[in-house]
Amino acid sequence: MNASPTPVRVYVPLDTSARAVGADAVARAIAAEAERRGLPLTVVRNGSRGMFWLEPLVEVEAPAGRIGYGPVAVADVPALFEAGFLAGGAHRLRVGAVAELAYFRNQERLCFSRIGTIDPLDLEDYRAHGGWAGLERALAMDGAAIVQAVLDSGLRGRGGAAFPAGIKWKTVLGAEAGQKYIVCNADEGDSGTFSDRMIFEGDPYRLIEGMAIAGLAVGATQGYVYLRSEYPLAFALFREAIDRARAAGWIGADVCGSGRRFELDVRMGAGAYVCGEETSLLESLEGKRGQVRFKPPLPALKGLFGRPTVINNVITLASVPDILAHGAEWYRDYGVGRSRGTLPLQLGGNIRYGGLIEKAFGLTLRELLYDYGGGSASGRPIRAVQVGGPLGAYLPESQFDTPIDYEAFAAIGAMLGHGGIVVFDDTVDMAEQARFAMEFCAIESCGKCTPCRIGSTRGVEVVARIQAAREVERNTALLRSLCDTMLNGSLCALGGLTPYPVLSALNHFPEDFRPRDHAQVA
Amino acid sequence: MSLAVADTGAAAPLSAADQAQVLAVVERLRDLPGALLPILHAIQDALGHVPAAAVPIVAQGLNLSRAEVHGVISFYHHFRSEPPGRHVLQLCRAEACQAMGARALEHRLRERLRIGFHETTADGAVTLEPVYCLGNCACAPSAMLDGEVRGRLGADALDQWLDDCGVAR
Ligand SMILES: Cc1cc2nc3c(=O)[nH]c(=O)nc-3n(C[C@H](O)[C@H](O)[C@H](O)COP(=O)(O)O)c2cc1C
Ligand code: SF4
Ligand code: FES
Repeated sequence: MNASPTPVRVYVPLDTSARAVGADAVARAIAAEAERRGLPLTVVRNGSRGMFWLEPLVEVEAPAGRIGYGPVAVADVPALFEAGFLAGGAHRLRVGAVAELAYFRNQERLCFSRIGTIDPLDLEDYRAHGGWAGLERALAMDGAAIVQAVLDSGLRGRGGAAFPAGIKWKTVLGAEAGQKYIVCNADEGDSGTFSDRMIFEGDPYRLIEGMAIAGLAVGATQGYVYLRSEYPLAFALFREAIDRARAAGWIGADVCGSGRRFELDVRMGAGAYVCGEETSLLESLEGKRGQVRFKPPLPALKGLFGRPTVINNVITLASVPDILAHGAEWYRDYGVGRSRGTLPLQLGGNIRYGGLIEKAFGLTLRELLYDYGGGSASGRPIRAVQVGGPLGAYLPESQFDTPIDYEAFAAIGAMLGHGGIVVFDDTVDMAEQARFAMEFCAIESCGKCTPCRIGSTRGVEVVARIQAAREVERNTALLRSLCDTMLNGSLCALGGLTPYPVLSALNHFPEDFRPRDHAQVA
Repeated sequence: MSLAVADTGAAAPLSAADQAQVLAVVERLRDLPGALLPILHAIQDALGHVPAAAVPIVAQGLNLSRAEVHGVISFYHHFRSEPPGRHVLQLCRAEACQAMGARALEHRLRERLRIGFHETTADGAVTLEPVYCLGNCACAPSAMLDGEVRGRLGADALDQWLDDCGVAR
């Protein structure tokens, strides 16, 4: 009797978006069909490569490398077997070697180096692909040297405000001794963003490693991840990842046998956008209403439970292991101006090839929208894009040549934020988008200050009046003055930045705020 | 135990089983730093909502006032004070989904279900809730149907799901 052949590895993502378009059923169908045919195979549930138009993207470890097929429906599965897909056979859905696809190959994947290739919870896979090298390096350094490496790398916070991470860490390192905390902001509330989610679902140990390094750097022994309730799968996977990392000694009472402690826990948010604001998040972690705190004191000095706290975004912390492993200069060499390293950009909305594109700073919005994104999904002209979430400006075509760079975006009254890019075609009604921006602010306001709480509600009414063609000029002036009050009189960026989408819509797309020409046939 | 029930004021009393669940949750989690949110999540996971009658039990367990606990529940959109219907439909209303037709889906749902957001159909079949981004923006429009994210969600697929929930066309 022949020895049974080694089972072929078949990858079917467990990523939320892949599952949202049927990956679970495809994984089951492949396993069932293999069983029926008596073919040995192992189905591995990986993270997504971030090429979402191809999801569910099934990959086969063929002699020629990892060959992809997508988007696969359950009904395609028998034909894939007929076509010999387990050996990389030809089929209508075959996209070739996944790593060689231009969309993927042309990226600079640092933070996302492993995502989509490994089994997210497999500790051996993680180690075999460079995992823990940064932590091991950090264990041989003192806190000040780790902080210096992060400073030298030029890494700025990826959650929105782009504050240099090293400076924040330095403040916490120098703060009074005693209990300190590392808090990871995984509230990822911006529409058009999913990079944090992909880390949890595709490479969770990377974040654990980054947080442990942060703990060693500033002398914090406890970390918390605040993860939004809209991501139940990410939450469940991360819980499991923490347990496995602790059991293997990578975190816990004795990190890698060093005698140093770093405990980690994950907490679930509860559907409040404002809890992404760092002080509101800390209130929420403490078990309170998520109301924004006055600053100072800075969280770095008086943060969680009144103690010195590093609070950083998922991508900021997940960037740290490679900085330690490869050196600050290696990271710094990517990027332009004061925007160093890479940014995982997320293309969503009305876009043909939506997905995750990690690139060094410096490419233009136009390259992203057309070279990567392939234009709109509808095939109609792209009219507006909103960059940086619901508080980001709407940009017209004339601004698509702006490079992806914090300062270049600030110069046009826009922001990169967390790197989300939401695309709209020419059927968009920009007055309606402006009204929604105000509505969202009204729904999510923490209620602490009047310009935000009352101003946004008034804003909804005023835009609605403009939309109804009532006293358009007077109401437009009123809207501008309302925006002015919110900009200048709000405690945090929710009230303070909501005017950006509103005013950019008004300034770049004024025709949508004028009474419609009723003679025109729609 | 009867104390906790008698203490709930106007709120409908908890069944003995529900009360036992709430007490067990509080007992298990009360010593966590910042325990209130984990406790409220655990209660909602077990009972589908956070009943008013659970508030005094939680307050007592954490040494907080009822007003404080109530204030936290009402602050967060995720927590419900009323039991949901047999099915929960959370439609994404955020920008990326808007760009792919979420507003039309919203209209369709309001028409067919004859309810608005945060409401349940008269027969108790479906609760409709808004959600602002599910992180599925590259496969929009999106909704969470009974806890499962669905993407590239057309009106037909949504109608099919409602049919399966027993909602009349
Ligand atoms: C209304 C509002 C929502 C925010 N949401 C998030 C979020 O979801 N994730 C995040 O990392 N930062 C968010 N921020 C930014 C945080 O306040 C803070 O700048 C960030 O957590 C710092 O981490 P970083 O320096 O690594 O970016 C938000 C800010 C505001 C005002
Ligand atoms: S601007 Fe709005 S969200 Fe921010 S503190 Fe004021 S009321 Fe709260
Ligand atoms: S905007 Fe709907 S899933 Fe992100």
